[in-house]
Amino acid sequence: MNINWTAFIVFLLFFLLVTVIGFYSARWRQGNLELLDEWGLGGRRFGTLITWFLLGGDLYTAYTFIAVPASMYGKGAIGFFAVPYTIIIYPFVFIVMPRLWSVAKKHGYITAADFVKGRFGSNSLALAVAVTGILATMPYIALQLVGMQSVLDAMGFTGTGFMHDLPLIIAFLVLAIYTFNSGLRAPAAIAIVKDLMIYITVIAAVIYIPYKLGGFGPIFDAAAVKHKEAVILGPKAYAPYATLALGSALALFLYPHSLIGIFSSSSRNVIKRNSALLPAYSFVLGIIALLGFMAIAAGITTKDGNAAIPELFLKMFPSWFAGFGFAAIGVGALVPAAIMSIAAANLFSRNIYKVFINKNATETQESKVAKWFSLIVKVGALLFIFLMNKQDAINLQLLGGIWILQTLPAVVVGLYTRWLNRWAMVIGWLIGMVYGTFMAVSTSYGNQYKLPFGLSGASTVYSGLYALVLNFILAIILTFIFRAIGIGNGKDETQPQDYHFDVAEDQSNTHSIGNSRHV
Amino acid sequence: MIMQNKQNEKKASQWWYILLIFPFIAMLWPSSYSIAEPTLAGMPFFYWYQMLWVIISAALTAVVYFATKRK
Repeated sequence: MNINWTAFIVFLLFFLLVTVIGFYSARWRQGNLELLDEWGLGGRRFGTLITWFLLGGDLYTAYTFIAVPASMYGKGAIGFFAVPYTIIIYPFVFIVMPRLWSVAKKHGYITAADFVKGRFGSNSLALAVAVTGILATMPYIALQLVGMQSVLDAMGFTGTGFMHDLPLIIAFLVLAIYTFNSGLRAPAAIAIVKDLMIYITVIAAVIYIPYKLGGFGPIFDAAAVKHKEAVILGPKAYAPYATLALGSALALFLYPHSLIGIFSSSSRNVIKRNSALLPAYSFVLGIIALLGFMAIAAGITTKDGNAAIPELFLKMFPSWFAGFGFAAIGVGALVPAAIMSIAAANLFSRNIYKVFINKNATETQESKVAKWFSLIVKVGALLFIFLMNKQDAINLQLLGGIWILQTLPAVVVGLYTRWLNRWAMVIGWLIGMVYGTFMAVSTSYGNQYKLPFGLSGASTVYSGLYALVLNFILAIILTFIFRAIGIGNGKDETQPQDYHFDVAEDQSNTHSIGNSRHV
Repeated sequence: MIMQNKQNEKKASQWWYILLIFPFIAMLWPSSYSIAEPTLAGMPFFYWYQMLWVIISAALTAVVYFATKRK
């Protein structure tokens, strides 16, 4: 091992800083952490600014920052779909998510499955949503480890064996302990540090690297030499590009870790304001995507696309700043990993443990089970990375995206109407899951598939979206059939006005972090 | 009477939501922007146009937010 000590020490310092913040955050706007509402949702008290940092730190993960430029580096323009994807997400969130917040606040829902159960009176459908959420989240957590591993590799922790794995194990155990201890408050507090570091790194990169490489002209010229015409989309790539953007956008806010940012908000307006403010991260993501082309222009040659950005940083920046950038990515892995594990834990505790294992669980037990499950999930992700290979995690995460989309009829359509029959949705979900998995596996984990009857011409579409359409059509047809034979929905515990429920905003409580003593 | 005014006001303000369709139309129509020229500071149109839409879309969302905010 040939460790870059300057970079590593800077990395370590920031890592220690966020560890301290993680532990102290338990006392931030103190609440009773024995309640799932407090541990798993931070007491639903996050205002505009905290939610902005939390969701920004949560949605734009370490893996995103590694994989998006890696895709640009390896495949060209198609990798830029992350930008239209993160553009159209927010009008969607603005329109849809305040409804979910309202009904969740009114009825004390903590997860999407809670809502589905309340809306359709169906434990089976709620279980389907909960299981899908957990399954889709697990490989996503594992991928955060992949992101962190790539910066550790760049700092010289290469090779194999225990010494190679040790930094990752330590980082994750520390994370696991303070998440256990502080719940959602920990990633919310750390996200502030992480996001500021990301902004600093990206601003420096977008000014300094093009300056050293002679401007954007030469960068795109170099990319054009490597990618030929793929530096701009060809007609065959239009449908894949647009369907990937749309499908990914629809999927993102079905993931438990994204929804947690909705549930933990303090009001409807917090969500609406963030729909206008979160695109700041999308802009940063666009710049980060372009780093993939900068790596080409800087003459980085690597077979592993995930190494492109870390190597670019090492080549262009002095070691200490590269270390700072690596720390940003490393901490960028901790925030979403923590939030994802909490979100999965909320689902397990609320929708599996309490419904199927211990029906009479007290609130304290519910919170305790969630804490332990969050720990198990993280250890599971760690084992996953060591026992299986990186590519398995990437493949499973791709499947996770396809899977989570299949919950859209119940969760999103359900916010507007309960016309769809619960059993029709269960069957639609099952077929979507099975056929989506089949499409991915049969194309050796590609995300594209040809439509039947030549509908997509010579082109292909995102298989997740294809599976969703199939699922939705099936659910509609079956609803007609089930109605005809008299199979109805369960009791709907929500009222139409619940979807507009709001609370008066307490500005002093929701807006600043200045009134907190410890962070 | 007051109730009805409020209702009308609410209905009128709903029209603002139509603005939120534009980001979808613009972004899900790649053939409209998958071209190299004109470049901006060396960046092909394809790239800077989409980056520009990040800002336009955020601005549209902000407009709808303020226009439909309950007074």
